[in-house]
Amino acid sequence: MSAIILLLIASLSVAVVFLGAFIWSVKHHQFDDGFSPPRRILFDDPPVENIPDQSINKK
Amino acid sequence: MEIEKFYYDNKTVKWFGYAVMFWGIVGMLAGLWAAIAMYYPALNLGLPATTFGRMRPVHTNAVVFAFVGNGIFMGVYYSLQRLCKTRMFSDTLSKIHFWGWQLIIVAGAITLWAGKTTGKEYAELEWPIDIAIAVVWIIFGINLFGTIIRRRESHIYVAIWFYIATWVTVAMLHIVNSIELPVSMWKSYSWYAGVQDALVQWWYGHNAVAFFLTTPYLGLMYYFLPKAANRPIYSYRLSIIHFWALIFIYIWAGPHHLLYTALPDWAQSLGVVFSIMLIAPSWGGMLNGLFTLRGAWDKVKEDPVLKFLVVAITCYGMATLEGPLLSLKSVNTISHFTDWTIAHVHIGALGWNGFLTFGVLYWLIPRMWNTTLYSKKLAGTHFWIGTIGIVLYAIPLYWAGFTQSMMWKNFTEEGQLRFQFLETVTHIIPMYVTRSIGGALYLSGALLMVYNLRKTIAKGNFIANEAAEAAPLPKKIPTHGKTYWHRWIERRPMQMLVFSLIAVAIGGMIELIPTFLVKSNIPTISSVKPYTPLELHGRDIYIREGCYLCHSQMVRPFRDEVARYGEYSKAGEFVYDHPFQWGSKRTGPDLARVGGKYPDSWHYNHMLDPTSMSPGSIMPSYVWLMDHELDTSRTGAMIRAMRKLGVPYPDGYAADQAGKDLARQEAVIDSSLRADKIQAGRNKEIVALIAYLQRLGKDIKEAPKEQTASK
Repeated sequence: MSAIILLLIASLSVAVVFLGAFIWSVKHHQFDDGFSPPRRILFDDPPVENIPDQSINKK
Repeated sequence: MEIEKFYYDNKTVKWFGYAVMFWGIVGMLAGLWAAIAMYYPALNLGLPATTFGRMRPVHTNAVVFAFVGNGIFMGVYYSLQRLCKTRMFSDTLSKIHFWGWQLIIVAGAITLWAGKTTGKEYAELEWPIDIAIAVVWIIFGINLFGTIIRRRESHIYVAIWFYIATWVTVAMLHIVNSIELPVSMWKSYSWYAGVQDALVQWWYGHNAVAFFLTTPYLGLMYYFLPKAANRPIYSYRLSIIHFWALIFIYIWAGPHHLLYTALPDWAQSLGVVFSIMLIAPSWGGMLNGLFTLRGAWDKVKEDPVLKFLVVAITCYGMATLEGPLLSLKSVNTISHFTDWTIAHVHIGALGWNGFLTFGVLYWLIPRMWNTTLYSKKLAGTHFWIGTIGIVLYAIPLYWAGFTQSMMWKNFTEEGQLRFQFLETVTHIIPMYVTRSIGGALYLSGALLMVYNLRKTIAKGNFIANEAAEAAPLPKKIPTHGKTYWHRWIERRPMQMLVFSLIAVAIGGMIELIPTFLVKSNIPTISSVKPYTPLELHGRDIYIREGCYLCHSQMVRPFRDEVARYGEYSKAGEFVYDHPFQWGSKRTGPDLARVGGKYPDSWHYNHMLDPTSMSPGSIMPSYVWLMDHELDTSRTGAMIRAMRKLGVPYPDGYAADQAGKDLARQEAVIDSSLRADKIQAGRNKEIVALIAYLQRLGKDIKEAPKEQTASK
């Protein structure tokens, strides 16, 4: 049975570390600029036509 | 800042897209073949290659590694370039990756049809192909990480994280599970035996579902769903949590495939706990996908791409709720070994993987050919045919699985089993028929798609190199105020790779190492002896013909199973089983204790024509076993390999004595067959198979006798 206790300790401590990191990151406004990345992917569509020197403005 | 001009490589994406369509149709056809063979066994045409036991691995390998595999690469090669604002790292590597993967698929199909198999589900391919897979996977990795390193966009979008986790974990799973000892060019034995082999195999099997069928497709969902709906993902934060939680929890859930088997109890419990925990991140991901469409449901009505994606995500949600519920011991008691499992995986396979792939194809191909879809209406028809196909596929199998399980467990008032095994099979045949109709509908929908996309391609102009522009990545990334660890890590793919590997490896190691180290997990049973050379040959034939795909060798400790099959299975019985053959489905009865149950002649007649011994049986005839001669030139190599794996054959046994023992046992079985007026010919394969079947479960039956004798 020692194996399962070892397992519980190991898995719970890793889970706690992850939970702690999550709470910490939320409290520290870690994901505040989670706004731009999901939008950015929508606007990077390259020109549909393959004209060599067509320039597009991004950002 | 200087704007750089570059081109996206669409050619590789195109080739992978063609491969998806081609292998998708091939894989589904193989599946339909296998589904019909379940009620019409004569469909095998009397040929070994087209028999269920070989068609089934061809089907699973084709749809998983060829259809979905190419689907992953198609989606990754398209989205990664755009997310990183750069061309793929190396066109040469892309080409090697593409052709290498297709070669592996072709080699896999040929060898599986030829009966070259390791006998481990979803990892059937033999060792040379295993090595090729590892090489191609590493090439993919170089291309993947090379692209990420050369990116022009500092933020690593969530989809890329899923790709990274996929690459790392699949590499690890594949290598660990494929450790095997080659006996010849196309034959190897698993390094692990019995319980260990089962644990490693289902750790792999479960995580192949997690990291080959789920995480890469979640990455695709996080890219293609916002693109198709033209709105950002509902919650980017949720997607970050989804990712971390999923990779951390998924790796632990493998043992839920082995509930109530001879696997140590603690490992089973651990698997169950983590399986239940999986509901949270999985549903977080599903809701994140569905909520992305808030306020855009009118688009779903119009756009076939969104229709496919919505059903795919819904099926992901259904399958990831059902999976944890199936891993509860009380539910698993009913569902395991039945068609319920098959229904469950097809909700995932047909709904989640299939429909997401279709959605991506419908979105990608018009774009890469700079045109519009040939027929929206036809795509709509495909959607409805496919959806009805899934329903017609799954519901009969849920019904069949539940019904059969209830029949297995049914006792009369006198305490006798109410139904013969065969009665429970013939009872559900109508459900098998309906299932194959559902599968046929799904396949015809896919054919409509191929036609539609072919027409789309015909009217468009392919853009092989798509122009794009972006500013290069600044050497030093300006930070606003304090930097946080997550910000730091998402700019560093290599560190990220290392951390993901550590997170995943901790999970795997904690679960595996104790079972290897703790000897008490596998109580040794003194009466369990290594297989005789003839039995070993028979076992190889058993594996070659894929018997394990319909017959389990694992009696669970339930009243009905003990009454039907005999004493429940013990861990110590499998110590010489390289690989284990517990199976995962009982289309036919369990064989763990079949040894000595019937005379040799019964087995001979049964293999020749199963219906002659069991009227109504859906087992195909294995007539070729009566003609093929046993290849005894391999005996020495087989014994030597087993010795290397720790099976205690005496010194020098392989050289001479093994051959003599083999001939002696052949003669015994031959004379017993002759007594029943069967002229088999002692050197035929059937004799070896009978030797193996008659051995199954016998050792433990002799245990009590030995004890009394020693007293």
